[in-house]
Amino acid sequence: MKFRGYALVFSTAMLVISVWSLATKGLVLGLDFSGGTQIEVGYDEPVNVSLVREELESVGFENPVVVHFGAETEVLIRLQGQPDQELAQEILAVLKSKDANVDLRRIDFVGPQIGEELREDGGLGMLTALIIVMIYVAIRFQLKFSIGAVLALAHDVIITLGLFSLGRLEFDLTVLAAILAVVGYSLNDTIVVSDRIRENFRKIRNVPAVDVINESLSQTLWRTINTSLTTFLVLLALFFFGGELIHNFSIALMIGVGIGTYSSIYVAASLMLALNIDRNDLVEVEEGELVDDLP
Amino acid sequence: MLNKFPLWKNSLILIAALFAFVYASPNYFPADAAIQLSGQSGSMIIDEDVLKKMEKTLENSEISFFGGETDGQTAIVRIEDRDSQLRAKEVIQAEMGGDYVVALNLAPTTPNWLNSLGGKPMKLGLDLSGGVHFLLEVDLNSAIELQLEGTLNEIKAILREEKIRYRSFEIVDNQIVGKFRDEEQVQTARNIIRTNFVDIQSVNSPRQNQLLLTYVLNDTTISTIEDSAIKQNLTSLRNRVNELGVSEPIVSRQGKNRIVVELPGVQDTAEAKRIIGKTANLEFRLESKSRIGDRFNFRNEQAQSNALLEKNAVITGENVTDARASFDENGRPQVNITLDSKGGWQMGYATRDNIGRRLGVLFIEYKTKLEKSVSEKGDIELISVPYVEKNIISLATIQAQLGKQFRITGLDGQRESSELALLLRAGALAAPMYIVEERTIGPSLGADNIELGVKSVSLGLALVLMFMVIIYKAFGIAANIALSMNLLLLVAFMSIIGATLTLPGIAGIVLTVGMAVDANVLIFSRIREELKQGASVQLAIDSGYNRAFVSILDANITTLIVALILFLIGSGPVQGFAVTLSIGILTSMFTSIIMTRGIVNFVVGGRKIDRLWI
Repeated sequence: MKFRGYALVFSTAMLVISVWSLATKGLVLGLDFSGGTQIEVGYDEPVNVSLVREELESVGFENPVVVHFGAETEVLIRLQGQPDQELAQEILAVLKSKDANVDLRRIDFVGPQIGEELREDGGLGMLTALIIVMIYVAIRFQLKFSIGAVLALAHDVIITLGLFSLGRLEFDLTVLAAILAVVGYSLNDTIVVSDRIRENFRKIRNVPAVDVINESLSQTLWRTINTSLTTFLVLLALFFFGGELIHNFSIALMIGVGIGTYSSIYVAASLMLALNIDRNDLVEVEEGELVDDLP
Repeated sequence: MLNKFPLWKNSLILIAALFAFVYASPNYFPADAAIQLSGQSGSMIIDEDVLKKMEKTLENSEISFFGGETDGQTAIVRIEDRDSQLRAKEVIQAEMGGDYVVALNLAPTTPNWLNSLGGKPMKLGLDLSGGVHFLLEVDLNSAIELQLEGTLNEIKAILREEKIRYRSFEIVDNQIVGKFRDEEQVQTARNIIRTNFVDIQSVNSPRQNQLLLTYVLNDTTISTIEDSAIKQNLTSLRNRVNELGVSEPIVSRQGKNRIVVELPGVQDTAEAKRIIGKTANLEFRLESKSRIGDRFNFRNEQAQSNALLEKNAVITGENVTDARASFDENGRPQVNITLDSKGGWQMGYATRDNIGRRLGVLFIEYKTKLEKSVSEKGDIELISVPYVEKNIISLATIQAQLGKQFRITGLDGQRESSELALLLRAGALAAPMYIVEERTIGPSLGADNIELGVKSVSLGLALVLMFMVIIYKAFGIAANIALSMNLLLLVAFMSIIGATLTLPGIAGIVLTVGMAVDANVLIFSRIREELKQGASVQLAIDSGYNRAFVSILDANITTLIVALILFLIGSGPVQGFAVTLSIGILTSMFTSIIMTRGIVNFVVGGRKIDRLWI
């Protein structure tokens, strides 16, 4: 808790930057959300789609989707951008440089996979989820815990999104899933720490709240580090060996897990302190001795 | 104290392990390319004879196949060589004709003994395994015609109101053409139309007959109509596909007037094809009192073969808010219909004044029929020709004023009634659409990317397993066994409930692995703490588990709440993620708390030991 002041500055700065970036630059939406162009080409011989994908990427088309379409000689390419003859010719030229026997079958605009309703539902869903989690934590723990947990959660999600916006990384369905996973992860972390704080408040008496929290954090520190490390191991493997397509997915999770670990240690607990949490919030007033009604 | 589990807990662990092995195992068997066939109408019977005919066709075309099956409603034949699947579909469709829906499919190869236990493979999403791709073309012209007719009727009504006489007003070549008798009337009519109708524009040329008024829809109106028609069709299609229970489909717009529907792997594609391609609607029309009207045939055998109905419908399927299939007192299929308030009002109004007359229910189907034609090269080509079929399904005397809720009968069987209910419920289409193309589509992630993904996840897992053994020694091994069982259980449950695994789902799995590890880390750290404080070995184990349990429970329940809400409110991929996460939380709680405890109890529980390898 010594670093509470630095944490406050760091978190505030990160939040401001994230919100500013999201507001001015927005997110780079992936094909799933934005729609784009769909091109069908035919080869004479069966063709390997990952080679086609690499060819397109090597000349600067970002994250094209390349799949076999009906037969191994037919290929369907989806990428960002407006469908026009120029784009079609450009792509055809790229493909022809590797294999001359390729021709264009069709070029078309393709709409987003994700309907507008999902965007609205998604936002609404997140909000409802936050409120219900708040209620649950308030009942199981206490209102101050629940404010701490939910704000820490919002902090993690906003910063992860902000970094995606800042780094101009593509936001697609897999990244959305990663963000949802970050929500789960961050909550898990915060609740475990809160649980220890609650336990210690009940056990230790006559000690300032800041010391109780400090003690709880150091007790759970090993667990927090071990858990984050194991998750990070999986993510590092995904990042380095998982291939191009889950790159952004693993980046989002790594940022989220990193921020989530940090926030469960510093943000949630600091917020509780800021709300003046103390023992009385947690220890139920001891029930008075049962008074026998009978004479 | 000694840590021992009662027999029932130990048995539970063993049963869970057995369950996990059995129900996860169907996923080892890869699916076969197959062709599925079912009837154009839900009531058609697909029996052995039909299957034989399919097999004969394949034999004649020298396509090797195996494992033909039929269950009375649909037939499936597996194709040996994946590349000839498309051709197999074409020859079968050509032979069987337009009465049958022939679709590409992937058939599971689960062994019989597993099948009989209810075991089936997990469905993989479009991103992981590919699926079937349909391209539908929306007939925008008919949406425009519909709008023109509406405008025409409004013009007629307003002119009648203003007492302006015209010779005729009709639609010719997408133009509204009005003929008048004298120029004064033309002038007033022109002014009235100009002030009242903003979505049409005049295309009169000065040289043409001065007694004519010609209008077309203006460009912005046309593009608005087209846009909203496509949008409404998209929504209805999404609803339909969801109603069918196809998980994780893609439904998106392509080009100006096309819609792409992609359905992942092992599913009832023939059924899906029938439903997405089907455009059915209802119209309720009063029987005509005079000789003016439209004559329609009855769908089923009746005392009379046709009837004359009024030209204008009382209400149409667009006013339906809910439709459910059920049975009447005599066990015949019926559809219970609920109308929106406008429809209910119109229905009430029309029936109140017409008690004693008969009300007809007109069943409208937009179909495509396959016509064989011989191309220049001499090949037989199949061309799909769209057509509309309008038949009366019931004509009943109005006994009393009808309201928002009523039922219709006269359908051909239970499958048809549930199909009609589904189509009405999913929402009317703004314009009919037809399937113009059907292909299989490869996994959008690409086979090599999936391989990389699987490799990296395995590598990550291996690292985690090693990490656990290094940090927690013997207890790490117990946790690792539990972790592997967790993955197996998760796969088993997802296979049984028929959930679809996609990349977002894998994110859910990675998260649950993290949480399962976390639970064990929590427990083991607690045991270490207890030991440090001088507790005896057995006591440390017991209180370590008990104390950590509260944290784990709280953390998992909160995450479960999030997952449940995401499932209830989200759609498509978000739901897939939520399903995987929820199941994963439950299985991981079981394996990381109960299973590891079982292993620990089994190894050290019954003995006196002085120190633990933790």
